[in-house]
Amino acid sequence: MGILEKILGRHPHWGVHPDDHKRPAADAPLRSLPLPEVLRVPLQQHVGSPARPVVLVGERVLKGDLIAEPNGNISAPVHAPTSGRISAIGEITAPHPSGLPQLAITITADGADTWCERQPVADPLALAPEEISRRTAAAGVVGLGGATFPAAVKFNLGRRLRVGTLIVNGGECEPYLSADDRIMRDRATEVVDGLRIVMHAIGAREALVGIEDNKPQAITAMRAAAAAFGHVQVRVVPARYPMGSDKQLIQTLTGKEVPADARAAEVGVLVHNVSTCAAVHRALRHGEPLVERIVTLNGGALTRPGNVLAPIGTPVVDLLRFAGIRERPARLILGGPMMGIVLPHARVPIVKGASGVLAFDAAEARTPAAGPCIRCGSCTRACPMGLLPLEMASRIDADDLDGAAGLALSDCIGCGCCTYVCPSHIPLVQYFSYAKGELSTRERNRLREAATRRLAEERAARLQREAREKAVAAARRKAERAATKAAAGAGVPPLRERVVVTPTSETAT
Amino acid sequence: MITPRHVAPVAAPHAAGANSVARVMLWVAAALLPATLFGFWLYGWPALHLWWITTASAILGEALCLRLRRQPVRASLRDASALLTGWLLALSLPPWAPWWIGVVGGLFATVIGKQVFGGLGQNLFNPAMVARVMLLISFPVPMTLWTAPIPLLSANAPGFVDGLRITFGTLPAALDAMSSATLFGYARSELSRGVDLLQSLAATQAPPLSLVGERAGSMGETASLLLAAGGLLLLGLRLITWHIPFAMLATLALLASLMHGSDPARYLSAGTHLLSGGAMLGAFFIATDYVTSPNTSLGQFIFGAGVGFLTYVIRTWGGYPEGVAFAVLLMNALTPVIDRYVKPRIYGRDRHGRPLEIES
Ligand code: SF4
Ligand code: SF4
Repeated sequence: MGILEKILGRHPHWGVHPDDHKRPAADAPLRSLPLPEVLRVPLQQHVGSPARPVVLVGERVLKGDLIAEPNGNISAPVHAPTSGRISAIGEITAPHPSGLPQLAITITADGADTWCERQPVADPLALAPEEISRRTAAAGVVGLGGATFPAAVKFNLGRRLRVGTLIVNGGECEPYLSADDRIMRDRATEVVDGLRIVMHAIGAREALVGIEDNKPQAITAMRAAAAAFGHVQVRVVPARYPMGSDKQLIQTLTGKEVPADARAAEVGVLVHNVSTCAAVHRALRHGEPLVERIVTLNGGALTRPGNVLAPIGTPVVDLLRFAGIRERPARLILGGPMMGIVLPHARVPIVKGASGVLAFDAAEARTPAAGPCIRCGSCTRACPMGLLPLEMASRIDADDLDGAAGLALSDCIGCGCCTYVCPSHIPLVQYFSYAKGELSTRERNRLREAATRRLAEERAARLQREAREKAVAAARRKAERAATKAAAGAGVPPLRERVVVTPTSETAT
Repeated sequence: MITPRHVAPVAAPHAAGANSVARVMLWVAAALLPATLFGFWLYGWPALHLWWITTASAILGEALCLRLRRQPVRASLRDASALLTGWLLALSLPPWAPWWIGVVGGLFATVIGKQVFGGLGQNLFNPAMVARVMLLISFPVPMTLWTAPIPLLSANAPGFVDGLRITFGTLPAALDAMSSATLFGYARSELSRGVDLLQSLAATQAPPLSLVGERAGSMGETASLLLAAGGLLLLGLRLITWHIPFAMLATLALLASLMHGSDPARYLSAGTHLLSGGAMLGAFFIATDYVTSPNTSLGQFIFGAGVGFLTYVIRTWGGYPEGVAFAVLLMNALTPVIDRYVKPRIYGRDRHGRPLEIES
C-alpha cells in the first residue's frame, strides 16, 4: 500500500490523527494520591436524574457507605469515598457541561479511610445475571469512558435484546489521556475478569477488546490476561481519533453500522469501557462500590505528569499540586483536549467520568483566530459520521436551524474532528452545540406549549359543558315546575319527555 | 463566517491541527515554482516581468477591496490567496504580453472575480479563469500572440532592460519577430485551410510537441511535466485529492483517443491533448481550487470529468483553440448543483438519509 494508500486514501477514511501527547505521562508508574482533607461528591455524576441524599449533615460515614440513592429508572447511587463526617450538603461548582451549580455532599475525612462492611462474591459467574445487574447498580458503576451511563441499565438492555457480542473499549483515542492504558497495563486481570462478569450479565457469547496500536504494553498485558479465555479476543485497531467512540469502534471491529435511529444493542453489540469492566470486577469480587478512579494528569503546566488513583470528589487543585505546577495553567480541562470541558477554576471536584485533568500552558491553550471558510472540504473528509460540517455551520450562521437539522445535525457526535482539521480554524463544533441546544429548547417549548394549549382547551370545554348542563338542568326544573302546576290544575302527570336534553359535547369550539 | 456569532469563549476541541489557509496557499505556490522558473528561463525576462506585474496587481486589487470593505488588510493578505490568484493568471497569459494585460487581468481577478462576491471563499467562479476569459474576449489580439521559446542566456534572448521594454511595449519589433503559433492554434488554422493533421503536423514549420515544453504557449502550458510533478506533490501532501485531476485527465485522454482512433487526420492524439494547452495546470491547480469545486469525493469526480469533457469539446469544436478556462468556468457554475445532489452517505443512514434497516 504505502504511497498508493497515501495518495488514494487511508484506512479508516474518517477521523484525524492528532499528536497524542500521551508520553511521558502514560509510562510513569501509577501513583496513589494522599488522602485529601475534604471531598466534595456531586450527586449528578451520571446520565439520568441526580441521586437523592440519604445522610444528614454531621453524620459519620465509612468509606463505601451509601450517601445518596438513585432517583428514578436511570440514575446511580453515590457512596462515601472515604471515612469521615458529612460537613455540608449544598450547591457547588461541579464539572458539568451546563456550568450550573450542582448539589454535592461534602465529607471531611477522618484520615483513617476505614471501609464499611463489604460483601464480596467468591464466584460472580455463578450468580444469576439479574443479580450481577443489581449489585453493579448498587455499587454505583457508570460508564467510565466519559459517557457515564449507568452500567446496569445497559446490562439489562443487552440481556433483553440478546446481545451476542460485548465490545470492550480500550481505544482511548483522546490525546493526552492514558488512564485506560494504565489500567490495562497494571490491572489487566481485573479488566478481563470484569469483562467476563459483564458477558455473563448480558449473556454475550464473545468479547472483542479493541485497543489502539499506540498502546503496545497494554496490548501485551491484555493478551496475556485473556489467553485462557477463548471467547475473549484482543484486537488491535489503528490509532485514529475518534476510534474510542462507540459507533466507530463497533464498525471497525465488527463491520456493523448502528442505524441512525437505533441503539447498538439492537444490532447485537454492547460497548463497555475497560475501566468500567475493572469497576464491575471490584464491585462483585470485592464488594467495593465505585469510590475512586484513575485520573490522567497531563499538560504543559505540570512538572510530573502521570496517572493517579484518586477518590471521587477530590478537588482538582489537590491533583494539580500532587503533579507539581510548573506555571499557572492557562486552561484547565476535564477530559481530553478534543471533547473535554473547560473547568472554571481548580476547586471543582473530580467525578466518576473524569478520565483526565489537563493543565495547559499558554502555548497549548492558544486558539488560532478564525477566518473565512475556503470550502476546502477537510471537515467533510474528517467527519466520522459522514456529515457536511461546513454546510451545517453556514445554515446555523444564517439562523436556519431547521436547514441544519435537515442535514442530520442530530447525528453529530460532537467529536471535534471538523474543527481540528479546519485550516481557517472555524469553531464548527461550537456552532453545532449551540444549534443542538437551541433545537432541543425549541422542542421542549413546543411540547410545553402543546401541553398548555391542550390544558386550556380542556378547561374551556369543561366550563362550556358545565354551563350547558346548568342551563339544561334549569330548563328542566322550570318545566317540572310548570308541569306540576298544570297537573295540580288539570290532574295530568308531568310530561318529562317534552323536555329536550341536549347531549353534552366534549369538543370545544 | 468571519466572526462566528454562536461561540463560547473557549470550548472543545482544545487542540488544532497544524493546517492553515496560508500554509495551503504557500504549498500550492511552492508546487508551481519549478514550472514557473522553467517558464522564466524559456521565455526570458519579459515573462518574469509579466509575472510580477500580474501578481502585484492581483494583490493590489485585493488590498484595495479589503480597505473599502473595512477589513484587516495585512492579516487577510497574509493568507496568500491573492498572490496565488495572480500567479495562476500569469501562468495562463502569453509570456510576452504587454504590461497592461497583467494589470487589467490581475485587478479584474481579485476585484471582480473574488471580492465582489464577498471575498475569500465566497466566489462562484475561479478568479484567475474569470480574468483570463475576460482578457481573451476583450483583447483577442495580444492574448493570442505567442512567442517561440528563446531561452534566457541564449544568443538573441532579450536582456533585463530589453525585457522591460518588450513588456512595456516600447520594442514591438521584437515581439513580431518572435511570434509563433501554439500547437492547437496551428492545427486549427491548418485544418480550416483544408490541410489535414497528418500533413500539417508532419510539416517542418509545425510546433514540436516537446515533453519538456520547448514550444510556444503560456508559461503554464508548456512545462507540463513540471506542473504534473507539482501536482503530485500536492497529492502527496494531501492538499488535494486525486478525484478532480484524475477524472479530468482521464476523460480528456479517453475522448481524445477515441476520436483520434476514428480519424487521425482530423483529431489530435491523446498525448497532444494532455501535454498541450492548460490541461496539466488546469487539472492540478485550477480545477482543484477549493472554493469553486465540489466538496465530496464523488462530486469532485463528476466535476473533474465534466471539465475534461468540456475541454475536449471546446478545443475540438468550439470557437477557441484552447478550452480549459471555459470548461472550468462552466463546471464552476454547476458546482452548487453538484454539491446539492451529491452528498456523502451518513453513518447509520442510507444514501437518501433514511436510517438503515436493523438486520437481524
Ligand atoms: S475545513 Fe474549514 S475551511 Fe475547510 S470547508 Fe470545512 S469549514 Fe470550510
Ligand atoms: S460534524 Fe460532528 S461528528 Fe462530524 S466531525 Fe464535526 S463534531 Fe464530529
